[in-house]
Amino acid sequence: MPLTSLITKNWKKPNSHTLKVYEEGGGYQQLRKALTMQAPQIIDELKKSNLRGRGGAGFPTGMKWGFVDLKNPKPHYLCVNADESEPGSFKDRYIMELDPHRMLEGIAIASWTLGVHTAYIYIRGEYKFPAQRVQAAVDEAYAAGYFGKKMAGSDFALDCYVVRGAGAYICGEESAMLESLEGKKGWPRLKPPFPAVAGLFSCPTIINNVETLASVPQVLEMGGEAWAKVGLPKSGGTRIMQLSGHIEKPGCYEVTMDTTFRELIYDIGGGIPKGRQLKCIIPGGSSCPLMLPQHLDCKVDFEAVKDVGTMAGTGGVIVMDDQTCMVREAWRVARFYAEESCGQCTPCREGNPWQTRILRKIEEGRGTADDMKVLESVINSIATAVPFVPFALGNTICALGEAAAMPTQSVLKWFRHEFEEHIKLGRCPNEKPWGALGEGRFQ
Amino acid sequence: MAAPFNDSQQATFDAKVAELLTHYPADRKQAAMMPVLRLLQELVGWLPPEGMDQVAAKLAVHPSRVLEVATFYVMFHTHKPGKYVIDVCTNIACALNGADRLLNHLEKRCALKSGETSADGKWTVRETECLGSCGTAPCMQINEDHHENLSLAQVDDLLQKLP
Repeated sequence: MPLTSLITKNWKKPNSHTLKVYEEGGGYQQLRKALTMQAPQIIDELKKSNLRGRGGAGFPTGMKWGFVDLKNPKPHYLCVNADESEPGSFKDRYIMELDPHRMLEGIAIASWTLGVHTAYIYIRGEYKFPAQRVQAAVDEAYAAGYFGKKMAGSDFALDCYVVRGAGAYICGEESAMLESLEGKKGWPRLKPPFPAVAGLFSCPTIINNVETLASVPQVLEMGGEAWAKVGLPKSGGTRIMQLSGHIEKPGCYEVTMDTTFRELIYDIGGGIPKGRQLKCIIPGGSSCPLMLPQHLDCKVDFEAVKDVGTMAGTGGVIVMDDQTCMVREAWRVARFYAEESCGQCTPCREGNPWQTRILRKIEEGRGTADDMKVLESVINSIATAVPFVPFALGNTICALGEAAAMPTQSVLKWFRHEFEEHIKLGRCPNEKPWGALGEGRFQ
Repeated sequence: MAAPFNDSQQATFDAKVAELLTHYPADRKQAAMMPVLRLLQELVGWLPPEGMDQVAAKLAVHPSRVLEVATFYVMFHTHKPGKYVIDVCTNIACALNGADRLLNHLEKRCALKSGETSADGKWTVRETECLGSCGTAPCMQINEDHHENLSLAQVDDLLQKLP
């Protein structure tokens, strides 16, 4: 059964965001259980569960928690990455709007495990309503004694604060988020040292995504092995996939890892609107290389997606129909990265506006064969053009450089003929460059 | 009291900054920068230079540190914006669902180009990057209030209802 509901089980209940509803569904029982366990036991349970970070990189959560030196006398911090800004991703928005206490219980368990007494939830500035819901939930949790001086009746103190960003994609990069939390502009830091050693205020810091933390209570409830069994050998549990673009039923769907993209798009998502055919999809947020119709039998699991040359990312699937102009698509994605480059590293700061200008020029029909050469040289200078190997391809401090180069590299790989056609004709050959719904989904 | 606040605003600002500073280690006052700038913008609608000077004094940092942060984040206004700031998402998922048409409509209706403020100071219309609402595209925000699944008629209706 591909569609499931472990993390999203409360979403359909009325008032699912309140403490009352969460407690009725067994909420905060796992925190009480965790308080009877020792840190190594909990970390071991997470390692067994094969839970992987849901922020995009898919790093094993148990291993990440294991990096924290529990004997380090400095204060430890937990930072929750709720700066969800990758185009195509919107799962954390719904977790925070519909079931914030699940995340808060995860925060409490993580804090107890890692000796954290101060947790910060960094929510992107645009998420006003989710931030209000989370703040209300934090207030409820304090009033009910889950946060504060005596966490759930123990002697453990935990303070939790909501911090809002102010519109910078780069602050979703963990070290840029730490800079922002320290009151600076969001410039990523060089690693190492990794945040688990020297993070917020130079203290040991653990940074987890909203969905990852919301999964933690479920892992403890089921036990690590049972959670791992729901998934595939290297990726435990379920994933919340998000469908957008040219799709009949866009939205968030929690599925098992063995679900294929074909099932996701045609069975769950209802297929492509207006009887059109599929051209390609972006499988996990705009930075991921494309997947073509021939790849649709690939599973949504992290490893399987890697095998077809792309990445599972955040699970934000953007679907494009057969009329979509891929030059325009490449231009719009490149423009996003040009806009959001923090300006620290030259290849990214200069290269992204440059590739954006060339892509626009080709789309408008003013491109030449030389432009293609320059374009490739520019993007390959931001990050080398080899099949995706996770991280360390780029010539930049953080992964935004790669994130910006990979989509264009992949459009060039699969749709080079569209570029050549634009150059030959001196115009965009597509009648509807934005595809079936380009004139608007709602009239 | 000092510019840009009136008496009651100054009292609110002082009290709330004092509370925010308790969220951070005592020797890390600068960490309160983001929430304090947000507070300033909520009180006076934007970040006037006198206000940023007060922030610098409260957080014990050089004023250039405050300006650096204020200009880095797009949601902080270092110039006075229109009464209603309309941020239209034109990123890929919204573009595939008609965001260009939405933006054109707003430009016409408010008689301005994207990025501008109307002459009467009522509207600022900007293109913005992904608002995390791709499943309910197209979408926009009016002064941070989110609106999704928009048709042009709904946009007209929304703007009409604004005082």
